[in-house]
Amino acid sequence: MNLLTEYKPAVNLPQSPESPEDVIRLENVSVRYRVPSERIGTFKEYMIRRIQGKIQHHVFWALKDVSLTVKKGEVFGLVGQNGAGKSTLLKLVARVLRPTEGKVWVKGRVAPLLEVGAGFHPELTGRENIFLNGAMLGFTRQEMEEKFQRIVDFSELKDFIDAPLRTYSSGMYARLGFSVAIDAEPEILIVDEILSVGDEAFQRKSSARLQTIRGQGVTILLVSHSMATIENMCQRASLLSHGSLVALGDPVEVIQAYRQLQAR
Amino acid sequence: MRCVWLCSLNEKVMRISREEIPIYDSAQRRSHAIFELREALKYRYLIQELVRRDVLTRYKRSFLGIAWTMLNPLGMMLVWTIVFSQVFKTSSITGYAAYVLSGMLAWNFFSQSTTAAMVNLVWGGGLLNRIYIPRASFALAAIGTGLVNLSIGVIPLCIVMLFTGVPINISIIFLPVPMLLLACFSLGMGLIISTSAVYFPDVAEMYQIVLAAWMFLTPVMYPPEVLPAAYRFWILHLNPMYYLVQLFRIPVYYGRFPTWAELIPAILISTVALVFGWWFFSNKADEFAYRI
Repeated sequence: MNLLTEYKPAVNLPQSPESPEDVIRLENVSVRYRVPSERIGTFKEYMIRRIQGKIQHHVFWALKDVSLTVKKGEVFGLVGQNGAGKSTLLKLVARVLRPTEGKVWVKGRVAPLLEVGAGFHPELTGRENIFLNGAMLGFTRQEMEEKFQRIVDFSELKDFIDAPLRTYSSGMYARLGFSVAIDAEPEILIVDEILSVGDEAFQRKSSARLQTIRGQGVTILLVSHSMATIENMCQRASLLSHGSLVALGDPVEVIQAYRQLQAR
Repeated sequence: MRCVWLCSLNEKVMRISREEIPIYDSAQRRSHAIFELREALKYRYLIQELVRRDVLTRYKRSFLGIAWTMLNPLGMMLVWTIVFSQVFKTSSITGYAAYVLSGMLAWNFFSQSTTAAMVNLVWGGGLLNRIYIPRASFALAAIGTGLVNLSIGVIPLCIVMLFTGVPINISIIFLPVPMLLLACFSLGMGLIISTSAVYFPDVAEMYQIVLAAWMFLTPVMYPPEVLPAAYRFWILHLNPMYYLVQLFRIPVYYGRFPTWAELIPAILISTVALVFGWWFFSNKADEFAYRI
């Protein structure tokens, strides 16, 4: 089940009287990966070929001339087939990747909710991992000490907090990661298809938390293969295909375009 | 249960006062090197936490735990002392064990921290693809971990000196200076090596061989006098690690303060390595996400 489908948003969205400001702007953004056609492993080989001018690259455009803006407080959906460039786009917003061409402009702190617990260490305790993960999100020790109790309470892992993470079940792992990320109070939250973590009760709780966060004016960038999630959660959505933006706007229309694309 | 988290949500809604909002613009940037430095400073707590993680987890499941930080160099020292004094009959210097251990601490710091900087970036680099952290964090954390181990390693060194009759002099208070210079040199080298390893994975394998050869070219376990006189000058003076290992030994093993002639080359070498390494790394860092 997908927790996001349970909540109908758009009902009482906090709409400010004037049109909300932009928080994400992509202007003619392209990302080019250069994959060497042959594997050149050694430095010597590289230098020889470089001198001979024989390095051939297979050029691959993960994103091609994409322009879009996301407004404050919006839930913006990204749909597309595997390899369409969704994750690349998220990486651009998360500052992990710089565009090859074009400009990315982001206002506010970005917290990625992708692959929860990516930075966890199995030998450290839950407590130590909370601090480590918080540091990765750019927080100081004092800030983390302030957040700590709240994170533990939300994760409901109080009894296990001083046990090493390797003793956790995968559900507990995910719960801890989600609790840290959700407490980061970002201006922009990136959610990459990971919301099906934990048991049903925890999913419901996480979903409620996302709704609250939205109410506070947090912008959510959502990638999902579940069309129901996109339709129910997002105000606007965009469809990527082979790195190009092919549809942008009302989620229902974007989903239609996506289905047509897939039927082809 | 339900009530508990609802309450915490409400409390959360209340506190939405925020400091200034950071703006990221991919088109706008000043010098890479200065930017990276500023980011590393901003994330200093992360670097501290990474060091903590490395120090704590390394021996976490072993029975003796952190004591291994001291036992490890001691054991290695024992092996080398026996090999060199018995097999090669080179125990011409007094307190040979202390000589070996002091050299080994400095050498191990260099070899381990540069290797760790590279491995952390290449194998732990997946993290760089998911979340923004300053790219130099891994190298800085590797050096930090090395410094913790090196400082702990000074304890067995003092014990060995006591046992082998090498006097511990007041000059030991100078030790932080060579440690700092070693750290600068290792950071510079670590950044160069890790950048190269991102582009050429073979560098990782090659580096271990280079390290082995380099160690035998540096008077870590033997006195410089055993080198053939014809090449001695060149082997020693073209080797940056010679200056740094010697500078580390001087305040402890030799029990005196270094002369300017010993200090200045070490300062120059480590500054050049650090500045060049930092510049090289931060100029290439944006491409890492395309490669790792």
